[in-house]
Amino acid sequence: MRIGVVTFPGSLDDVDAARAVRLAGGEVVPLWHADADLPAVDAVVLPGGFSYGDYLRAGAIAARQPLMRAVVDRAHAGMPVLGICNGFQVLCEAGLLPGALTRNGHLHFRNRDQALLVERADTAWTSSYAQGQTIVVPVKNGEGRYVGSDADLDRLEGEGRVVVRYAGGNPNGSSRDIAGVTSADGRVVGLMPHPEHAVEELTGPSVDGLGFFTSVLEGVLS
Amino acid sequence: MIDTVSHAGETPDEEQPYRELGLRDEEYLRIRDILGRRPTTAELAMYSVMWSEHCSYKSSKVHLRTFGDLPRSEALLVGMGENAGVVDVGDGYAVTFKVESHNHPSYVEPYQGAATGVGGIVRDILTMGARPVAVMDSLRFGRADAPDTARVLPGVVAGVGGYGNCLGLPNIGGEILFDDCYAGNPLVNALCVGVMKHEDVRLAKAEGVGNKVVLFGARTGGDGIGGVSVLASETFDEHGPAKRPSVQVGDPFTEKLLIEACLEIFAADLVTGIQDLGGAGLSCATSELAAAGSGGMRIDLETVPLRDSTLTAAEILMSESQERMCAIVEPAKVEEFLAVCAKWDVLATVIGEVTDGDRLLIDWHGERIVDVPPRTVAHDGPVYERPYHRPADLDDLQADLPPTASADLRADWLAVVGSPDGCDKSWVTEQYDRYVQGNTVLAQPEDAGLVRIDETTHRGIALALDGNARFARLDPYTGAQLNLAEAYRNVAVSGAVPLAVTNCLNFGSPEEPEVMWQFAEAVRGLADGCRALGLPVTGGNVSLYNQTGDVAINPTPVIGVLGVHDDVRTRVRGGWRAAGETVLLLGETRPEFGGSAWAGVVHGHLGGLPPRVDLDAERALAGLLAHLAADGAVTSAHDLADGGLAQALTESALRYGTGATVRVVGDTTAALFAESVARAVVTTTDPAAVRAAAEAAGVPVTELGTTGGDALVVEGVLELPLAELRSTWTRTLPDLFGHPEDVVGAVPTGAVPTS
Repeated sequence: MRIGVVTFPGSLDDVDAARAVRLAGGEVVPLWHADADLPAVDAVVLPGGFSYGDYLRAGAIAARQPLMRAVVDRAHAGMPVLGICNGFQVLCEAGLLPGALTRNGHLHFRNRDQALLVERADTAWTSSYAQGQTIVVPVKNGEGRYVGSDADLDRLEGEGRVVVRYAGGNPNGSSRDIAGVTSADGRVVGLMPHPEHAVEELTGPSVDGLGFFTSVLEGVLS
Repeated sequence: MIDTVSHAGETPDEEQPYRELGLRDEEYLRIRDILGRRPTTAELAMYSVMWSEHCSYKSSKVHLRTFGDLPRSEALLVGMGENAGVVDVGDGYAVTFKVESHNHPSYVEPYQGAATGVGGIVRDILTMGARPVAVMDSLRFGRADAPDTARVLPGVVAGVGGYGNCLGLPNIGGEILFDDCYAGNPLVNALCVGVMKHEDVRLAKAEGVGNKVVLFGARTGGDGIGGVSVLASETFDEHGPAKRPSVQVGDPFTEKLLIEACLEIFAADLVTGIQDLGGAGLSCATSELAAAGSGGMRIDLETVPLRDSTLTAAEILMSESQERMCAIVEPAKVEEFLAVCAKWDVLATVIGEVTDGDRLLIDWHGERIVDVPPRTVAHDGPVYERPYHRPADLDDLQADLPPTASADLRADWLAVVGSPDGCDKSWVTEQYDRYVQGNTVLAQPEDAGLVRIDETTHRGIALALDGNARFARLDPYTGAQLNLAEAYRNVAVSGAVPLAVTNCLNFGSPEEPEVMWQFAEAVRGLADGCRALGLPVTGGNVSLYNQTGDVAINPTPVIGVLGVHDDVRTRVRGGWRAAGETVLLLGETRPEFGGSAWAGVVHGHLGGLPPRVDLDAERALAGLLAHLAADGAVTSAHDLADGGLAQALTESALRYGTGATVRVVGDTTAALFAESVARAVVTTTDPAAVRAAAEAAGVPVTELGTTGGDALVVEGVLELPLAELRSTWTRTLPDLFGHPEDVVGAVPTGAVPTS
């Protein structure tokens, strides 16, 4: 299965996302932000980093790059898209996911091993997990505080679109401990924590993150 | 009116502001002598920054030559004198690493000072042809509870994190210590390490007549003018003008693009020479490139892209605007070079060319403003044999013996591990990304950082930085060796084999003979130590004038040791994971308290002699640790250093919440708090095997006890529940610098409306 990993200027975890895809058994297709055409891929990962230095707003400039138009079109047609950290910010800026990511409440960058509660185990990116499962993956961000109006958050929760929630402490002040959300069709997922940093026992706090990548491969295969 | 070369020739008596630029009378006369006329304004600017202490090493050079006399190491591919040394780590891989100070800027403007410190060292590593793979930092601040520390520390930490995180470089360790002596002079020493293949090593050299000089990266602005001369090479003075304009401003996003563009340029073999623009900016890059080549160089200075169109030629030459590089490119490859830069949105401009002849010529709108032999700017700066003598107070200091017995071991234990130096550093390290690139095998709070460099062979490199200044204050020769020994030991406990040394030597004013003596002794100690351990010094950095008024910092030689790990899967971590394992102490403990954390924290004492150095014992211990790691014979290892056994047991227990019951024999105060060298604590499920290996290596072994339970118990002496210990260990920095998580609870939900 061919999984595209996009590199924007300032993307940092593109190498890590590609490694995670490979370890899960997928074929990596490197994608360049300035290309207008999206080659034949089965899914796309928008990696973490500081695209365009987080200037203007985190993810705002990346969301308007040529390749993103094609990604948005294909996502509307049902292609699975995963946005990690800066990728989540890009998805919100591109209008594929609701809400916004703002400066952490305490104004500090925060890198720690974070427990997450999986609330949706039926999206394109979380089907390898069990609903209610707790996983540990690194979180690392300076602008990861998920916010939305109370009405929007009520609606999101009502529709069951919170995919993962922070457990055992909220690292950045996100509303209602929300760590990741999904689109209405469950094909697009964005989260601030980094599953691609928890795919090898040697380098991560766990291998709990691998499930995001095996999920989409199994989904595409079936 | 432009001060051209011909105008300078016609106006020999014109007054020049060389003193304001940091030059001494005799240095100015020497420039006139070299040129046979007075320098132009632009030439004076170049000489002033390049002959500064920071760039020319004029006070330290005569001592640093000692490092060059060390026996030639087979691992050393590129030695001192280049941007960074390069060592062979096997399988065709080469590693380059270096640590550099950014002390003065970080005091003036903590965030930008620290951020650009990281940026500068990363460019040094990149310039060698390597992909930067990790950073580390060694930080010193004034008393933790001093008001100014609350200004400087949060800014420095945010700056180190803000820049490094945005570049995608994992921060894998370092140290942070507090002492009154740094109150007006914090230290920010940043280390970067990069990896390449042997054949990819690049050098800063302008070769080939007709080759183009390309400036690429950020535009040149008015920031950092005189950073190396008026800021880094002078003592702070209460009454002087504000020096904030001499601090550079960083843009890590541009640097990230520069890294990717450079690596693509290297891969396509598009440059014949390359140099980064750091201290002294274009003055440094052009003169060093030209001096290293066989010909000359001509630059059209008005082609340099500017952020501020009002800059004068001299200011452009002195500006230390960040994120700039200078490359020498064959004419046929210029187009492709510019195309790679364009792909990464990096501005690139041809500003001149390599010429025959031996002059560096710089024109400004067609008029010649610089005509100098480049070597005289880059390398033939003044060299001083500064007078030095042993500090007058040192005999008294060494005669002032430390206390040797604790009145309350339990209270002392908590005081040491809860002190700002001994406490948990998560407040700082959680602001750094340690995961990016996905190759971090060990990072803080481990003794050493360990990074995988090959996913197939599992080869990796380990790094540690250590700089105990209390020891160096008592005896700089021994102090430098103790720091070398600690970094060496820290690398060894991870299972790596130590391979090479770098250093950042932070001292007071070289114009004070007592400071100069401390410097000379530390260099001599480090060189002798490296000789004994069989390690080359691959490069380093000297930071002088670290004093405010008459008060110099304690001599702070920060030593970095690089090790190689054949298979990172066998790395050894600190921290106890399981109950029922045997805790063993490797090495010998003596009642040594001079300069110890216990003497400092509990008794406010600094005196006597530091622990005795035993490099043979260090070598034996390191060999044993590598052997135990390769055999999988130990489940954890932690070196003993500041705070002695008490500190090591505390960190090992709290890491995963596993206690232990241990017993100590003989002098309990020494057993718990002495800082004797060449020691480590290991845990194992097979104590007989460890004992046998230790015996074969000639390393003494003492069985301390067994892991398990939720307390640290020293039989018949004290009992410390882990909850109490954790609370003492973790609350210190948050209590001093804020509890960020408490603020989160105060943030109203739904504060920002969305679609």
